[in-house]
Amino acid sequence: MANIAEMPEGYGGEGFFATSLSKAVGIARANSIWPLPFATSCCGIEFMATMGTNYDLARFGMERLSFSPRQADLLMVMGTIAKKMGPILRQVYIQMAEPKWVIAVGACASSGGIFDTYSVLQGIDKVIPVDVYVPGCPPRPEQIIDGVMKIQELVKNEPLRRRYSPEYQHLLAKYQIELD
Amino acid sequence: MNLNNDIVLAAIERRFPGAIVAHSTPYGMLTLETTREHIQDMLHFVKEDPELQVGFLTTLNAVHYPNDAGRELCIVYHLHSMVHNFRFRIKVFFPIADPVIPSATSVWPTANWMERQEYDFFGVQFAGHPDLRRILNVDDLDVFPLRKEYRMEDGTRTDKDDRFFGRDGHEGREFD
Repeated sequence: MANIAEMPEGYGGEGFFATSLSKAVGIARANSIWPLPFATSCCGIEFMATMGTNYDLARFGMERLSFSPRQADLLMVMGTIAKKMGPILRQVYIQMAEPKWVIAVGACASSGGIFDTYSVLQGIDKVIPVDVYVPGCPPRPEQIIDGVMKIQELVKNEPLRRRYSPEYQHLLAKYQIELD
Repeated sequence: MNLNNDIVLAAIERRFPGAIVAHSTPYGMLTLETTREHIQDMLHFVKEDPELQVGFLTTLNAVHYPNDAGRELCIVYHLHSMVHNFRFRIKVFFPIADPVIPSATSVWPTANWMERQEYDFFGVQFAGHPDLRRILNVDDLDVFPLRKEYRMEDGTRTDKDDRFFGRDGHEGREFD
């Protein structure tokens, strides 16, 4: 079976297929995510293996890493985020265009991990909203891929206009991030 | 001519009579203790003296001894004479209520960042330092985190079980 996305629900017949725009766009988005790797420590090494040929994140339509936040869809935070790094991470998130998703890879990005100390941010969700948390110290590439596939599910099923919903605006307001 | 502990001790003692308040040789390394009044001149002397030629400040660090009244803070200078391949240390103790010590930047410019680090973590004020501000921690940190009165743990942690960090509920620091 080639890497072809599964058909959404819809009505098909001889030479035509009808589905909702939201579903079509969701499939397109989910299979062409451009991740921005924000790798600070050992989880980043695991991510490199994930990107490499053995695990090959490109199978999921992520051939191209975006090292500019402006063109990225998915912020992958992998590693310990020191408090001094917090504002930088937040700025990177703000620079990303909507729609955008965040995955916290590993114990440190999720909760500060073993670094229960004055200098380490106790989880990136203290500064930016997070969609998927991947546990592990560090997680194996299979776990990272599992997290990415969970992101794909979110992307696929997200209503087109969710980003304009009051709930979403409330979420961003909690982080003092303005929706543009 | 090779340097040894006795030669260096004698040379400094000769130049600064009475300024060495204590000395010892733990693991064979000469360790002098002096005072804030003499430290800058002493560093300058050991660097410029043609016999000693201590050209290199390996590192400089602070220590906090909370139980040692009047001598709570200590700055240790790790010195190296590359010409003679000889290393020794100079220590200066001073009270935490008055954490001021002359800067070594006029002797070794490399002391600049080292002193900023010790200011950052211990709050030591280096008199004469050209740019004494935090270097590693966030700028708006309001504590000097390696002083023993501050807890290492972060106050904003929400999902950490103290038992798994070996604290078992009683987190208070005990100093003895």
